[in-house]
Amino acid sequence: MIKRKWDMFMESVSMSVSNIVGSKMRSFLTTLGIIIGVAAIIALMTVVQGATDTMNAQFDAMGLGTLRIQINGTAIKRGLTDAELAELEACEHVAAVSPSLNTTVSASRGEAWSDAISVNGNDAVYFEHNADLLARGRAIHAIDVEQELRVCLVDGGTSKTLFYGEDPVGQTLYLDGREYTVVGTIDEDEDASLFSQILFGGSTDGTVYVPYTSAKKLMGTSTVSTLEVYVTDPDLTDTAIEEMETVLDGLFNYKDNTYTIINMESMTDAMNLMTSMMMSLLVGIASIALVVGGIGIMNMMLVTVTERTTEIGLRKALGAEPGQIQMQFLIEAIILSLLGGVIGVIVGLTVSYLICLNTDITFSFNTFAVVLGVSFSAAVGIIFGWAPARKASNLNPIDALRSM
Amino acid sequence: MSNDFFSMRGIVKQYDMGGEISTILKGIDLDIEEGQFLSVLGPSGSGKSTLMNIIGCLDTPTSGTYMLHGRMIRDLDQKQLARIRSREIGFIFQQFQLLPRLDALKNVELPLVYAGVPPRERTRRAEEMLVRVGLQDRMHHHQNQLSGGQQQRVAIARALATNPTLLLADEPTGALDQRTGEQVMELFQELNAEGRTIIMITHDLKIARHGTRIVNILDGELSEGVSAYD
Repeated sequence: MIKRKWDMFMESVSMSVSNIVGSKMRSFLTTLGIIIGVAAIIALMTVVQGATDTMNAQFDAMGLGTLRIQINGTAIKRGLTDAELAELEACEHVAAVSPSLNTTVSASRGEAWSDAISVNGNDAVYFEHNADLLARGRAIHAIDVEQELRVCLVDGGTSKTLFYGEDPVGQTLYLDGREYTVVGTIDEDEDASLFSQILFGGSTDGTVYVPYTSAKKLMGTSTVSTLEVYVTDPDLTDTAIEEMETVLDGLFNYKDNTYTIINMESMTDAMNLMTSMMMSLLVGIASIALVVGGIGIMNMMLVTVTERTTEIGLRKALGAEPGQIQMQFLIEAIILSLLGGVIGVIVGLTVSYLICLNTDITFSFNTFAVVLGVSFSAAVGIIFGWAPARKASNLNPIDALRSM
Repeated sequence: MSNDFFSMRGIVKQYDMGGEISTILKGIDLDIEEGQFLSVLGPSGSGKSTLMNIIGCLDTPTSGTYMLHGRMIRDLDQKQLARIRSREIGFIFQQFQLLPRLDALKNVELPLVYAGVPPRERTRRAEEMLVRVGLQDRMHHHQNQLSGGQQQRVAIARALATNPTLLLADEPTGALDQRTGEQVMELFQELNAEGRTIIMITHDLKIARHGTRIVNILDGELSEGVSAYD
């Protein structure tokens, strides 16, 4: 009995295939809706997923377990003093605190001159955590910070402006009239930290890194309003934040909006939430194409049923049961939409691969998207093939044979 | 008189033509003995196609009883009717009704598919039937590679495939030239001589005369012989 049903099923499949192959152009046009729908879903999911992965990787590179504190301060207390920084560093789950200052100065060296050089004041801890930043020479050491030494590291922009065609290491330059010795150079690619790009990208001729204590002098300030905090354990970031909030609240007399703690991880989470919402929205829109494609299949199947009335009548005369007729047409609809689904997957993957190839997005094969696309198309075949198949099975054989 | 093989009593078929009831068959009584070659002769519009559909269990009468091979047809559901068509009746149509995408052999196999015959057995029986109708060298030809007479012989092989009790032919020579038609009639007579019961519906008296018995249908009423038809 099962064998018989299987024979019947295989027979239906082979008949469906021969019918689909028999009218290639029409079958293709019918499945076009499904192809577009599935391809859109696959491409969107793959590209959005790839973009999210790429952005996450960038955020991770910026440092997991790194917090950034922005001090807004009050009228009488604009930033944190060294003693207060030490207080923060003393928190149980804080590994290190790295203050950072930023300003724009004019720089000169002999005849070469620029009035837009960005100065970053950092400490040794910063360079320990961003070891890739250093291209040549040496980084800023603890002793430089302690002694407020006038040493600096220059990036490519600064080198080009002030040391054109020369090796800057070991040379001197003037920042707002103060003499500094260049001890190292900065790796351009690693300097692409997102924040400095967003804040200062392109507006200056170059960037110079100096000890933060020295930068305070340059800026004429005794406090720091931006700092990076490295926690002892990324999993305990929240605890570290609470500890620091206690300290900071105390320092600012519990006033609101005096400081902001930016957690990279929570930013990543927020971004992931946003991209997944965007993805659902886009997939939702692409699904409309699938529904339209399903209607296309339904229409084609209804036309087929009408066209093949004689055939249906003949099959019934030869002993086909209504259920067998229904199954054959249903199988045909499912094969059509599955075919569309498979082509759609191939097109979608190709398109997203090409998109990824031409952008910075990394291509990754999204199994879930493929499974979703194929099962969606099969479901479309069942849903939209059912009514025409039912119609075929209910056809009166007499009406069918009369049309001969 | 009534027999278990084929018996119709008071078969009436009415159609609702937009509110107006049209009676196509007006009480048909018909008995057929096993082994007969019956010609049902009638002009178009006489109700002979409707009668054929009822005989072939493709349609059910409005009233009256029809017994085929010991079974009351009106008691059967769609599935059982399909089984009757599959096992008991072999259909032959005027336009052959071969499926163009299938070759001759696959066409002959089709009723065996619905009868649930396993694939290898199907092919064996289909080949046997094609040999029987003299098409042993045309097994893998498609419809468009066969002449009208050859197509009709494929259709006859298909009708014979499930070894049915009854061959039911609707104008089997209607689409053929006279000579080919004669050949098909000879084949029918041979099959009849082998003991096969045949019911043939035609409007052509010359063709009808190949049968062992002729009934005449006119305006939905049946009469024995050809007297009412000229």
